[in-house]
Amino acid sequence: MATPMPLSGALRLVDYWAIVYKRTWKGGVITSFVTPFFYILAMGVLLGDFVTADPAQLDGAPSYLAFIAPGMVAVQAMTIAISETTYPVMGMVKWQRIYYSMIASPLSVGEIVLAQLGFVLVRVLFSCGVFLAVLAPFGVFESVGGTLAALPVQLLIGLAFATPVFAFAAGLDNESAFALIFRLGMIPLTLFSGTFFPIGNLGPVLEAVARVTPLWQGVDLTRMLVLGDVDWVWAAVHVVYLAALAAVGWWLTVRRLTRRLVK
Amino acid sequence: MSDQTSMISARGLRKSFVQRSRKGPGIEFEAVRGIDVDVRRGVAFGFLGPNGAGKSSTMRMICCVSPVSGGELRIFGLDPATHGPEIRSRIGVCPQEDTLDNELNVWENLYVYGRYFGLPRDVVRDRIDELLDFVQLTEKAQAKVDDLSGGMKRRLTIARSLINKPEILILDEPTTGLDPQARHVIWDRLFRLKQQGVTLVLTTHYMDEAEQLADRLVVMDKGVIVAEGSPRELIEQYSTREVAEIRFGVGENEALAPKVEDLAERVEVLPDRLLLYTDDGERALQDVLGRGLRPETTLVRRATLEDVFLRLTGRSLAD
Ligand SMILES: Nc1ncnc2c1ncn2[C@@H]1O[C@H](COP(=O)(O)OP(=O)(O)OP(=O)(O)O)[C@@H](O)[C@H]1O
Ligand SMILES: [Mg+2]
Repeated sequence: MATPMPLSGALRLVDYWAIVYKRTWKGGVITSFVTPFFYILAMGVLLGDFVTADPAQLDGAPSYLAFIAPGMVAVQAMTIAISETTYPVMGMVKWQRIYYSMIASPLSVGEIVLAQLGFVLVRVLFSCGVFLAVLAPFGVFESVGGTLAALPVQLLIGLAFATPVFAFAAGLDNESAFALIFRLGMIPLTLFSGTFFPIGNLGPVLEAVARVTPLWQGVDLTRMLVLGDVDWVWAAVHVVYLAALAAVGWWLTVRRLTRRLVK
Repeated sequence: MSDQTSMISARGLRKSFVQRSRKGPGIEFEAVRGIDVDVRRGVAFGFLGPNGAGKSSTMRMICCVSPVSGGELRIFGLDPATHGPEIRSRIGVCPQEDTLDNELNVWENLYVYGRYFGLPRDVVRDRIDELLDFVQLTEKAQAKVDDLSGGMKRRLTIARSLINKPEILILDEPTTGLDPQARHVIWDRLFRLKQQGVTLVLTTHYMDEAEQLADRLVVMDKGVIVAEGSPRELIEQYSTREVAEIRFGVGENEALAPKVEDLAERVEVLPDRLLLYTDDGERALQDVLGRGLRPETTLVRRATLEDVFLRLTGRSLAD
């Protein structure tokens, strides 16, 4: 059922997702902007006052606030990607059965998945875009070009989380496993992937673990860019890693959702 | 009204499901066990059968959302395995379970669905006006789906299935769970569609619905077709013209059956009553009373598809 580039079909779903966006964007404002802003305030500004580490120990960030700001942006991309591909997917498979109405039309599963990922990316784009714009006046970004380049990187991070989680959700019988994703996935990743402190502090073993997490890959790439201190080899590794994760996740999603819906 | 163009043709069509268990191999279950069906253009074709007969499984294969497990299926002469999207663009589907979006209003539900078919936006808008009028939901255009009654939801689903001007409309139990009045409203709309030349394929376990709507029907049971014909033909073939129903006290029906056996062409014993198949029901009833039997209640009625089903399967449809 999956055509390689199901773009024209996916465009037919733009109206559906536009209506969903119109209905939900207000609710999204709280999670998208207010919550991360509280984190920045509490951790970056208030807690950060006590953190007077040498910039060398903060991966080159001039202040603690400047250190966590790019991390928080990447966390935001991850959070949106995961929250848009867990309960909403379950709802469309099971509660409201919207996918079944979609596959009754000429649309293919690949087109349906593509359109939904497009919607997730729009959410990531707006949310991270505003977040970056709000943080910029605080002087936490060193490089204008790098900060602009960080935005498409957030889309890549979003995709790298959205597709595997989508694949996972597409095959689930009930939503109880989502609590695991949030508690054992999202929260530890947020805390230990180089967002609030350099992963060097974790000790050699845990540091190695942190390095293979997609969030660290994204945080490190975002931080390099906004601080204008890019190690191109590492940057390429991060991009390839995240893109590969997104691609494998895409393949799995189409496969699992097809199995779920077409039987 | 019907011509000879084949809209749907099935030969030895099968559907099996593999129920995966955590350990060991999956158990295979055959829901459709080799059926032959021919639906011609303009006909209203019914699938009558009890729960689990395989009606929905058959409909899903025809709708190209469920792969065929065996045999051959052609819709518009096309193979669902290779022409799924094309076939789906030319049929309308009213599934057994609603798939409306409760968070969208009535108008939006129709609009997004029309767009799934790639129809231009202004075309979709015009059709929504016509269709809301057709299913008498114009005043409800801005209502949330959650606030609609069961009958209205069903009508909305029918309107939605018509958005692409389908050549075949597939209705899986269009009125199950609705009250009699709501059912009549839907029957009336389906009747109009039939007059407009839309080929209707519907499943039901209501014999009256099959009699009302279907020109031709197949009776399905346990994955096979047990009879085929027009409702009249089936009744003539498998039943007498009239049926006398007699009801004795609880538990007595079966014991008294031998005493009336010779009074009709055939007697069916149900847990709560006896059915005497005869061309003259009143006469049979007189004979029963003449033997000194005193049933608690009696009724003479015309034979229906229910009787056909009972004859064919030994069970009643309602089970
Ligand atoms: N996805 C599935 N997986 C396993 N078994 C299934 C699946 N879908 C249907 N079945 C089984 O196939 C049989 C036929 O089901 P189907 O839904 O086609 O019957 P039906 O005639 O539509 O019945 P109803 O009147 O209850 O809607 C049933 O025994 C059902 O349990
Ligand atoms: Mg069914």
